[in-house]
Amino acid sequence: MTTLSDPHQDSFKLSQLIYDSRYRSMTIQAVALAAFVLALGWLVNNAVVNLAAAGKDFNFSFLSVRAGYDINQRLVEYSSDSDHLRAAYVGLLNTLLVAFMGCILATIVGVAAGVLRLSHNWITAKIMTVYVESFRNIPVLLWIIAFFAVLTESTPAPKAFRGAEPEATMWLNDAVAVTNRGTYIPAPVWGDGSWVVVVTFFLSLAAIVFFGRYAQKRFERTGLSLPTFRIKLAIFAVPAVLVFFVMGSPIGLEYPALKGFNFRGGFHVRNSLIALWLALSFYAGAFIAENVRAGILAVSKGQTEAAYALGLRPGKTMNLVVLPQALRVIIPPMISNYLNLTKNTSLAIAVGYMDLRATLGGITLNQTGRELEAMMMMMLIYLVISLCISSAMNVYNKSVMLKER
Amino acid sequence: MKKTVFLGALTVASFAAGLASAGTLEDVQARGKLNCGVTTGLTGFAAPDANGVWNGFDVAICRAVAAAVLGDGAAVEFTPTTGQTRFTALGSGEIDVLARNTTWTFSRDVDLKFEFAGVNLYDGQGFMVPKDLGVSSAKDLDGATVCIQTGTTTELNLADFFRANNISYEPVPIETNAEAQQQYLAGACDVYTTDASGLAATRATFENPGDHIVLPEIISKEPLGPLVRHGDNEWGDIVRWTLNTLIVAEELGVSSANVEELAKGTNNPEVNRMLGTEGNLGEQLGLSADWAKNIIMAVGNYGEVFERNIGETTPIGLARGLNAQWKDGGLLYAPPFR
Amino acid sequence: MTNSASHDHAYVRDEMLSEMAPPPGETGLVHWLRDNMFSSVSNGLLTLVALYAIYAMLAAVLPWMVLGVWNAGSLSECREILAAKYGDTDYACWAVLSERWKQLLFGFYPQDLYWRPVLALVLLFVALAPLLFDHLPRKLLIFSALYPFVMYLLVWGGSVWVPLSVIAGFAIGYFASKIITPVAGGLAGTIALFLAPVIWWLFLAGPIAGLFEDIIPLSIEAVKSKTIGGFMISIVIGLSGIALSLPIGVVLALGRQSDLLIVKSICVGFIEFIRGVPLITLLFTASLLLQYFLPKGTNFDIVLRVIIMVTLFASAYMAEVIRGGLAALPRGQYEAADALGLTYWQAQKLIIMPQALKISIPGIVNTFIGLFKDTTLVIFIGIFDILGLTGAIRASTEWNGIYWELFIFVAVVFWVCCFSMSQYSQWLERKLRTDHV
Repeated sequence: MTTLSDPHQDSFKLSQLIYDSRYRSMTIQAVALAAFVLALGWLVNNAVVNLAAAGKDFNFSFLSVRAGYDINQRLVEYSSDSDHLRAAYVGLLNTLLVAFMGCILATIVGVAAGVLRLSHNWITAKIMTVYVESFRNIPVLLWIIAFFAVLTESTPAPKAFRGAEPEATMWLNDAVAVTNRGTYIPAPVWGDGSWVVVVTFFLSLAAIVFFGRYAQKRFERTGLSLPTFRIKLAIFAVPAVLVFFVMGSPIGLEYPALKGFNFRGGFHVRNSLIALWLALSFYAGAFIAENVRAGILAVSKGQTEAAYALGLRPGKTMNLVVLPQALRVIIPPMISNYLNLTKNTSLAIAVGYMDLRATLGGITLNQTGRELEAMMMMMLIYLVISLCISSAMNVYNKSVMLKER
Repeated sequence: MKKTVFLGALTVASFAAGLASAGTLEDVQARGKLNCGVTTGLTGFAAPDANGVWNGFDVAICRAVAAAVLGDGAAVEFTPTTGQTRFTALGSGEIDVLARNTTWTFSRDVDLKFEFAGVNLYDGQGFMVPKDLGVSSAKDLDGATVCIQTGTTTELNLADFFRANNISYEPVPIETNAEAQQQYLAGACDVYTTDASGLAATRATFENPGDHIVLPEIISKEPLGPLVRHGDNEWGDIVRWTLNTLIVAEELGVSSANVEELAKGTNNPEVNRMLGTEGNLGEQLGLSADWAKNIIMAVGNYGEVFERNIGETTPIGLARGLNAQWKDGGLLYAPPFR
Repeated sequence: MTNSASHDHAYVRDEMLSEMAPPPGETGLVHWLRDNMFSSVSNGLLTLVALYAIYAMLAAVLPWMVLGVWNAGSLSECREILAAKYGDTDYACWAVLSERWKQLLFGFYPQDLYWRPVLALVLLFVALAPLLFDHLPRKLLIFSALYPFVMYLLVWGGSVWVPLSVIAGFAIGYFASKIITPVAGGLAGTIALFLAPVIWWLFLAGPIAGLFEDIIPLSIEAVKSKTIGGFMISIVIGLSGIALSLPIGVVLALGRQSDLLIVKSICVGFIEFIRGVPLITLLFTASLLLQYFLPKGTNFDIVLRVIIMVTLFASAYMAEVIRGGLAALPRGQYEAADALGLTYWQAQKLIIMPQALKISIPGIVNTFIGLFKDTTLVIFIGIFDILGLTGAIRASTEWNGIYWELFIFVAVVFWVCCFSMSQYSQWLERKLRTDHV
């Protein structure tokens, strides 16, 4: 009997590596690692041989060479004299801008459409169904092109604003011009002392957060609720406006005006950005709408009924009972929707929006002929962005998840 | 299980690759087809018709090379390439020759390791504006919005031009000619800039071509030509002399109408040498003796190719200009067949 | 008792009242309208706004669409017809579709061979049927397994011996393992099972297929993959990508679930990398970089390269879908398999995978829809898919300047395909849900 329970100490046979479950996993891992390293080495070796044969090398010095091309939308200083690295940076910022704006709008559109799809109003629900199904089932590339074309065709050219009796007029008391080159909006002009206003504004934002916490604590302690929304609104606006006038209106607005060929002054939001932003948001919004709808439907009806029985009004029921539970279902697919949206910004190529792919992976790659370096760098950057988004969202997901005790 | 289709295909492919180590000429002859890179579509230069048959000025170069090597102008596989993918397609051997209105520049010749076989069109970057913009010179374009096609030398020329003249502009990069055209027509840009030939081609297709003018400034030199890989000089010679055949044939009055007649022998020794009735030029290239005759039979001479695809009788309506023979004051000056 | 009771109490009705018609406001169209569209003031306003929006859309688009011209040789001819008919040219010119629809659907595929891809598509549904609907005879699965070869043959043509020699690889593997196992033990048998077919495919399949072709020429006209284009290439790339990625996805999902640290990290690294970069960069890799990473001189056509990259792309997503399927299986299934003393692979083969894959089908279909839509990105590397062809058509002198007609056609084609697939997947999801409740 002892032989059964006593493991063999003395004789280690080679076959144990495969048939003994104690060693087998190590064998498999070793084989997998070896295969992986071999495959990787094979690829790298091929690359080295091929590069040598083509007379090319692998270095990133092209990044410090003068770029020589212009970029229309630049969030930081850039001219054609800047180097390729700077161009890539400008492109990266443009990518991040449209991705960020897209995620926000997609969430708004998606939540609205998801809720409205469950609306009791038949026609609204049907319209939302049509929206969701048409956007989900047509390639996003086509949507981007279509949005761009619609913007180009349906808005007036700047020359339509010209003349004594122009065909088109600016909006909001000559503050905003919608043209087929983009929308021009007033830009702030920072005068002396404007920093005081800005600092005040940020301080009041902080105050709002503190007040919110205080109100919550007070509510939990005493059960008395404050009219938080109105007070927050007051904290938000009053100090900043007061300081603004006390300092003698240091922040002015620069209005766009038609000069020469184009509107000058103000912010120029280009149509390529708008088209890409809207198309990506509405496309992602359709998917989010489905997730939101599924999330709300996943909350059992008994929860709503119980909330009503407790005397909660429909708004509070939604906010306090349904949404917190629905969020647990909604958040995980939301992460992949945000990721997809961010990755889809690379389709900016279709409308000539100068994103990372158009600068680093487009003109730079094309002019320098450095495919390998430029593509690897681009992939790495996208990968880092994706990992950042998914880890941030995962943290949020953990915070809303059901805390099991 | 389904993985094997891939493996099978890979096997077949790797065997095909085994063949691909010899010179380009042998490859093409073994294949019986010429792989030629063209644009994904540019009016007058390369576009497929309803039956998928490619036509255009650049396409004619491909057909001429195919006729020289294989004796059949139709023995061409066309590979549409974008501004991004064209050089890699050529560098990797996917195509044998790239005929895609590509500008001959130093860095493409030297750094990217290609060999330009010559120039088939002398072009230059120009500007097109609507007449009612009231602009008569490119120097008046301060602050204008300019539509450009990306992936070309155009955007670099443009940046240089505006910088040199110290005027500002707003570039609108567009991926394809068709999109750029739509933007321009809708007034989303004031100016459209590309090679002058492209401007003419684009203008020709407008509903009212008369409402648009091409500004007099030509801001760059754009010698466009077919190119091959570095390192295979025999193949480079074939493409170069195919192009030269087209040009010399026009100069010597050899056309698709009379080549049959002339190939029987003439009293012009150069025509005889070219058409293979005298000497062994074809053999020296590793081709048949009637290679040049095949070229002319397949596509005609340079003048015919030009007139048929982009000349004044076509909607594009380009004048010969710089692309006339040197005797007529143009730049076409091919070395002699000797 | 009941009788007497009814007699005792004269006021008790002894027959049911016949049903009365509901009040006029509670039935029919009026009731439905009031309930669903005008239940409150705000609701009513919403309805009116929505109705107006629909009206405005239709008023703008419908005349343009309906009054379009279907018969013309070029855009200018089309405009002349419109000008003669209506006085202005502000109507659709569908003639471009009647002239070019074949090209949009098939690319430059030889016209006399159109029947082959069409037949392949029809057979596809036959092959898919037993996978999608489980009440069909299981014997059909044999055809499903053979279908990829049939499709390859129909689309690309060439010698029948090539796919046959590839199929022979499986038989060789099977027999090699059968022969070697009794002689040299299970492990050697397993190694032979994998090694023999690989050797066969890499070194022998090609020449032997060529040999057979010389002895018994049995081939249909070969078609270059360059000629494949239009909507057909979306289907070809999408289908090959999804079919090839399924086995890789299963392996990756199992690797990700596994306890083996190195295997797990390789799988996680691969999946996260692929999911973290946009497809377009992978396509550029296929077109610009792939030849750097393959032995010098290897050069296969761009369609195949795209299929490889798309397969890698899809397999990462597939792995996540299958992982979801694995996670959805009750823990008890794994424990039951262990309790029966099944090995890991036996458990996977007999218990886990059949169930996990079944649960995953809706997810797989959704992945396919996504992949299918993403195939439009191949225009950026110069492949003429349906969207790329719209550009090529606009570059021809006849149709330069045409715009919406082509895009609407593309949108409709995609919508019909993707919508029907998503409806199927939703139907399946509902069905699976009731199965488990």
